[in-house]
Amino acid sequence: MSQNQTGTSTRRLARRVSWETMLAGLLAIAILGGALVNRDFLTVENWSNLLANFVEIALMALPLSLIVITGEIDLSVASILGLSSSLLGLLWEAKVAMPLAILLCLLLGAAAGALNGFLIVRFRLPSLAVTIGTLALLRGFAYILLGDKAVADFPPEYTAFGIGVIPFTFIPMPFALFIILAVVFWILLHHTTVGRRLYAIGGNQTAALFSGVDLKRLKMLLFIASGAISALAGIVYTFRFSSSRADNGTGFELSAIAAVFLGGVTVQGGKGTVTGVVLSLLLIGIINNVLTLADVANEILRIVTGSLLIASILLPNLIASTRERWRVRQRLREIAKFGAASTAK
Amino acid sequence: MNPRAFAQTFVAVLSLTGLGTIGYGQDKPIKKDLKITCVPKNINNPYMVTQSNGAMDACKELGEQGKVVGPSETGASAQVPYINTAITQRQNAILIAANDPNALVPYLKKAMEQKIKVVTLDSDTAPEGRSIFINQASAEGIGQSLVQTLAKAIGNSGDFAILSATPNATNQNTWIKYMQEELKKPEYKDMKLVKIAYGNDEDQKSFTETQGLLQAYPNLKGIISPTSVGIAAAARYISTSPYKGKVVLTGLGTPNQLREFVKDGTIKEFELWKPADVGYLAAYAAAQLCSGNIQGKEGETFSAGKLGNRTVGKDGVVLLGPPTVFNADNIDQFNF
Repeated sequence: MSQNQTGTSTRRLARRVSWETMLAGLLAIAILGGALVNRDFLTVENWSNLLANFVEIALMALPLSLIVITGEIDLSVASILGLSSSLLGLLWEAKVAMPLAILLCLLLGAAAGALNGFLIVRFRLPSLAVTIGTLALLRGFAYILLGDKAVADFPPEYTAFGIGVIPFTFIPMPFALFIILAVVFWILLHHTTVGRRLYAIGGNQTAALFSGVDLKRLKMLLFIASGAISALAGIVYTFRFSSSRADNGTGFELSAIAAVFLGGVTVQGGKGTVTGVVLSLLLIGIINNVLTLADVANEILRIVTGSLLIASILLPNLIASTRERWRVRQRLREIAKFGAASTAK
Repeated sequence: MNPRAFAQTFVAVLSLTGLGTIGYGQDKPIKKDLKITCVPKNINNPYMVTQSNGAMDACKELGEQGKVVGPSETGASAQVPYINTAITQRQNAILIAANDPNALVPYLKKAMEQKIKVVTLDSDTAPEGRSIFINQASAEGIGQSLVQTLAKAIGNSGDFAILSATPNATNQNTWIKYMQEELKKPEYKDMKLVKIAYGNDEDQKSFTETQGLLQAYPNLKGIISPTSVGIAAAARYISTSPYKGKVVLTGLGTPNQLREFVKDGTIKEFELWKPADVGYLAAYAAAQLCSGNIQGKEGETFSAGKLGNRTVGKDGVVLLGPPTVFNADNIDQFNF
């Protein structure tokens, strides 16, 4: 029994490593290809644009990966981004001090996440349905806060954070936030008991429950974290573009989910790593950048991202089913051999 | 002496003798092979396509390398990657119809720091984000000419209504404000604006609002619809109703959309600027900026090909000119 378990987990580990190795390989190809196709690709300036372009999506993808690992989903992230951006604009217009305004935005995001968590955990509703609801609801709140007007004129020291880079590097300042959070989530998922419990929930919810995992509390905390970090993404967005609007970040949830799936986090839950998600974010960012530099039309860009997403879901399934078939055939052969041996005796 | 040095000396001698003053104050020739990126609001919008085509026509005429790139959605930040790309590609000029007046400014400023000339068209950014804004028509001009067109058709007297877009549409509200200003003039004392209806720029809603207006105000002589969705829906309703020929419809719309209604008499005249000319003028302004003939300061004049000369106004705004009036006589000359 225990031997069998180690067997599966090694196989699972092998599969996971290979997914990330594959992503790393694709990443290398994309960078090499980009450098060959376009001489402007490997410039410092281009890389800071490239990294800045997906920073909000990258931030939202981190807690989202953990949520998907537990077998749930959060589609409301981009609406929380819009809500937080709108609130920030409203508060700034009302002359609220900026640090306080930022804190209130984060709290609002956490509250929005708590609403998701409450509905999902307390009433055992499917997260897909609940967060489709809050996707519309929270975007609606954003429009109530700000209507169709835009707030600009944010203080220069904050917008400088939005568009600036870390001194002596090409890394945009908001991207540093992402790096820090990625490390935190990596430690949390791969080096703490909380992380192991998240995998357990995703692998088998009932089994996890019976082995004493406080499923409700963990899920609640994940949705709150997702809300707060989406609000943070909203603040970053607002400072990056010096513009607070109710429609900010519309549709970003799809990009974030695409990055999570491509990163090897499976829809069924229980699988995936932070490294995989970070690699897939970089990969999508680089592909978009190379194609934009080559003046490839936006429709093609969408087709490429869509195809990547489908491939990322299809490929692991194909690999798994081929392996399964191969394993069954192997077993049958063994049985046949064993049977032949026993009759010979 | 090589030919170039000879030419320089020749010019120097000419100017010393005063003969050179013939050319003084005249424009330098427009540079060729300039790399010009045109970024529309979104690439799948027919209006924007026509506008961008106008810009590309001007580029071809001048021998520049023009190209059109842009997002498929109109979010505040969607155009930013295209601005950054233009900077990386060391383009000479960016023409952009801004989706947001502020979100693009820091990025356009970065472009201008790299000596890239920025011209906005159709929708402006804050003035510090560009050198020149090509304004398709002044709000005042549109408001005035719509009232004048209607007044001419109904003999300066009678009730009329406005079918607008959404209650908070910025453009429409400004135009309506100037219509109301115009109506204060004594020659319009017998004209009365009885109602402003809102079709929300939705075809179905605009259609039923028109129906409602005509039933609620049986004495209605005319409708002004300063939105292309509204005027098309209103025309469709009126053309099949008993009000056809009795109620005058005018407003802003495109020829392709309204051709059949002009031909069947539902609409006598409507107006619009030519979107292709907006793009054409923007490309000329950009080329003139790159060639050093203008800086975008008030009072500067430049030549804009087939459109003739234009003067830079306050805050770097260049006006395209009065809107074109379309009627049965000229509508077949236009295809947009």
